[in-house]
Amino acid sequence: MSDRLVDPGDPLPRLPGHSSDGRLERVLRSGRFAVTAELNPPDSADAREVYDRALVLAEVCDAINAVDASGANTHMSSVGICSLLTRAGYAVVMQIACRDRNRIAIQGDVLGAAAMGVANILCLTGDGVQCGDQPGAKPVFDLDSTTLLETIRTMRDQGQFLSGRKITAPPRVFLGAAANPFAPPYDYRPLHLAKKVAAGAEFIQTQYCFDLPLLRQFMAKVRDQGLHEKAFILVGVGPLASAKTARWMRAHVPGVHIPDDIVKRIEGARQQKQEGKKLCIELIQQIREIEGVAGVHVMAYRQEEYVSEIITDSGIFKNRQPRRPTKEKLAS
Amino acid sequence: MYAVRLWSIRHARLMERIYRLFEPTLVALGPVLARIGYARVEGPVVAVERRLKGLLFDCQMCGQCVLSSTGMSCPMNCPKNLRNGPCGGVRADGNCEVKPEMKCVWVAAWEGAQRMSAGMVIVDRQKPVDHSLKGTSSWLRVVREKTAPAKAAQPR
Repeated sequence: MSDRLVDPGDPLPRLPGHSSDGRLERVLRSGRFAVTAELNPPDSADAREVYDRALVLAEVCDAINAVDASGANTHMSSVGICSLLTRAGYAVVMQIACRDRNRIAIQGDVLGAAAMGVANILCLTGDGVQCGDQPGAKPVFDLDSTTLLETIRTMRDQGQFLSGRKITAPPRVFLGAAANPFAPPYDYRPLHLAKKVAAGAEFIQTQYCFDLPLLRQFMAKVRDQGLHEKAFILVGVGPLASAKTARWMRAHVPGVHIPDDIVKRIEGARQQKQEGKKLCIELIQQIREIEGVAGVHVMAYRQEEYVSEIITDSGIFKNRQPRRPTKEKLAS
Repeated sequence: MYAVRLWSIRHARLMERIYRLFEPTLVALGPVLARIGYARVEGPVVAVERRLKGLLFDCQMCGQCVLSSTGMSCPMNCPKNLRNGPCGGVRADGNCEVKPEMKCVWVAAWEGAQRMSAGMVIVDRQKPVDHSLKGTSSWLRVVREKTAPAKAAQPR
């Protein structure tokens, strides 16, 4: 019990050249194809709901993403979820959106998160408040994803806050950013990614990919700039439950692009849910073949139970088993 | 005004040329302005800057102008105030996620940058906005920076 208090997130021995002591960075730096998965945050104060969802996901991923009020909807916070998960020994990616907190709050959260054992942080701008359940909220956007990356990198590498004030023990975190190759201005997107990498992004998780030609175009430009050698790119994937869901997502979730032929394919299937799953598996297999892709990021909104099947059937983990917390740890 | 803002971005090259003449003139006036006192000229200059840039770019007077680095599209008109690039929510038609009737500030910025001769500075990273500078003159800030770099950090 006492050593758990000392090492809350079960950090691994330090490796030279690594930014963090986490598992995700090790998996990626060792050249293995990584899987991260998003945990749907509960609208509840019950820790069990978080653990139940994590248990299903952890079997098939290297780190679990804790979202920060995604879609500008209020849910259990990413800090709260990370606190529960690191306590139980899970590897997490803590998402930070610039929408709800200013630089004072965010820098404090970064220190708290690293102290809890969070080894990975994903820096996001955040969806606008208008698309969530509280459109009357004040949008903060004090920093943006790029300045957030640079802020946390300065905290980690220079041991300083933005103000220049010293940090006695800097946060050892692996830094991530998002990319959306599927939204205009398409030509600027790879340059924007380069900016984020220059600001400190070491891994990238993209928006849902349903358009392979567009992804291939984007990745070609990424390779031209050598960005795939500077950051690990994980492409976003997820099962579509039905053609109706696909249409809804396209219309209501900012930045999601689903081509018509994909919607038609699902619509034409006898069992739409099965077809959505099949499509997701096919996409993963094809994405894996693209040069410069280091992994996939699975977002299965309200379909966590399928993540395991999808990952297993895609054959990604044929030769390895992602590390899970030990049984004793979960019980304690 | 939105229509004028779009016109200015369409004529980003012209705006760039005008500014290239305007900035040295202003800097040349630096010693005179310093003599009168920056605190004294701040008010009248802010009034002119607000009106002129407000008309041309829908300027929000952030006090740290980056128009030359954003294709003459003012990033403070982005509902998320993004100064480093577009968010992931841009609609397929190139319009804003938050304001569907408005063209994305960064889609416009990218177009403007391609029209300018030094537009590729759009790839440079911008620092976080210093909110304490809101409402102050960017012009006078540039003059102070170019004439007395050591004292540049002081807004007044």
